[in-house]
Amino acid sequence: MNKIKIILCKEWAEVFKHRMVLFTVVFLPLMMTALPLGILWGTGEVGSTDSLEGTIDSEMPEPLVAAMCPEGLSGADCFQVFMVSQFMMLFMLVPVAIPVTIAAYSIVGEKTTRSLEPLLATPITTLELLAGKCLAAVIPAVLATFGAFGLFALGSRLIVANPMLLTALLDARWLIAIFVVGPLLAIMAVTFSLMVSSRVSDPRVAEQVSMVIIVPVLGGFFGQMAGLFVLDRTLVTWVAVVMLALDLGLLFLAGRVFQRETILTRWK
Amino acid sequence: MIQTQQLTKRFKDVLAVDRLTLEVRPGEVFGFLGPNGAGKTTTVRMLTSLIGPTSGSAVVNGFRVGEQDTEIRRSVGILTETPGMYDNLSAERNLRIFGELYEVRNVAEQVAKYLKLLGLYERRFDPVAEFSKGMKQKLAIARALLHEPKLIFLDEPTAGLDPEASRLVRDFIAELKAEGRTIFMCTHNLDEADRLCDRIGVFKSHLLVVDTPAKLRASLFGRKVVFHLRSTDAKMIQTVSKLPFVRGARAVENKLVVTLDDPEANNPEIIRTLVKAGADVQFVGELRHSLEDVYFQLVKGA
Ligand SMILES: Nc1ncnc2c1ncn2[C@@H]1O[C@H](COP(=O)(O)OP(=O)(O)OP(=O)(O)O)[C@@H](O)[C@H]1O
Ligand SMILES: [Mg+2]
Repeated sequence: MNKIKIILCKEWAEVFKHRMVLFTVVFLPLMMTALPLGILWGTGEVGSTDSLEGTIDSEMPEPLVAAMCPEGLSGADCFQVFMVSQFMMLFMLVPVAIPVTIAAYSIVGEKTTRSLEPLLATPITTLELLAGKCLAAVIPAVLATFGAFGLFALGSRLIVANPMLLTALLDARWLIAIFVVGPLLAIMAVTFSLMVSSRVSDPRVAEQVSMVIIVPVLGGFFGQMAGLFVLDRTLVTWVAVVMLALDLGLLFLAGRVFQRETILTRWK
Repeated sequence: MIQTQQLTKRFKDVLAVDRLTLEVRPGEVFGFLGPNGAGKTTTVRMLTSLIGPTSGSAVVNGFRVGEQDTEIRRSVGILTETPGMYDNLSAERNLRIFGELYEVRNVAEQVAKYLKLLGLYERRFDPVAEFSKGMKQKLAIARALLHEPKLIFLDEPTAGLDPEASRLVRDFIAELKAEGRTIFMCTHNLDEADRLCDRIGVFKSHLLVVDTPAKLRASLFGRKVVFHLRSTDAKMIQTVSKLPFVRGARAVENKLVVTLDDPEANNPEIIRTLVKAGADVQFVGELRHSLEDVYFQLVKGA
């Protein structure tokens, strides 16, 4: 446990010296919080005139209305809930992009400085090393996600007056997404990135290749945008379950890639 | 300290280490010599439990390779072929991380001690990226010693260092030996091996020979003693050649070069013979073959 902490601190000391990492960890969450808040602010003004009500109702697909419009919300409110939900989907990029960036720099950096060999020569177990590396990427991602969501919750409270709209905005779907799917996504991203990084020798390449993992997230965004499916509570829960299974599989694979001898002889 | 039995490592189609059987004794400096690609680094990696042998066995510090790997890692120090420091972190931070990983109790003290010993204390808060190659190498040596290991592996400790830095490192190794530690050292610097090592193993995929530097020279070339005389003549050479223990004698200008196995025992007799034959002996000295000659002789034959 103690050794995991040593690795953790070392990773942070080392990796946050890179501007790219700092940028991803600080600005990406801020941006992703500002976007939905901006939408709330903007559409709030329009909604208050109540003149758009009819058009919005007819433009939104039926299942969406069912999922996002609890009884008692006006059409304009529903539209706000819908728009914000769209952007909260994008918000899920935070727990994916941060670990990918950190892991890319931490693994590839270690390879280029050739510091893995002396590190592996210490009495640390491979599992402790793997755990330290993963946590170093997952913890900032999860904290940034929670923090950004907290900011969003606070911001929307200030912007939105209607308490019913507020509960509709911050409903169980989002709580599951942020507090369950987010960390699971982060774990998935870091293990995936670990495997990619073990095969390339430039952190930027590692980052770009690993970013493939955002495709499913974007797929979800555009899928819901196009009305292919509605991310209601059941679907989000299913996503969480599937993610958990994927994570376990990926962690198992990462454990096999992350063997002392493999690291020394095949990570070039 | 180290015993290996038929230790073998095969990478896909390269037989890097072939049935190495070797013993390194406590307290000695063992020099591991061999051309590039001979398998020296691979051997060190096996003995420090970084990679597993394909076959054969080894006991390091009383622990079995492949079974008690963590114990081995805990009890040996290693200077890897490349220093592998975290460039963005300071020298002190680098050492502290490793000290903690090696479970050193008084990390701060140990770090300060070795930074001072290797002359890096003043620069301890500078990022390693700003260090010269030699400074990085010294830092890596410090890292290998933080946990005060009894057995130390040094993979080319003076490679790429200037004469002054090499000397500092060599003196440092001599001090470690004086403290009673065992050192297994890979090197390409034959002169260094000659001066530092108690015994030398010449290696090229398999072990060609192991012995003390002096015995290696003697066994390959015999030992040669040079007698500086005021003048030489053919008769003197003949008389000396007739002595039973002399393997050969020839004159070069006014020097008589005699090949024999045990100069300490035989020189007085030779001098008596020479004086009786009317020679004026001015100097007596041993003609040393450099270890380089020995090395080339061995490696060429392999
Ligand atoms: N990870 C690896 N995969 C495949 N072959 C390897 C690997 N590591 C070493 N080898 C091969 O094993 C042989 C021995 O390499 P090693 O690095 O042990 O040599 P060395 O004696 O340390 O050489 P040098 O003096 O250049 O440091 C070489 O032929 C090398 O190509
Ligand atoms: Mg080598």
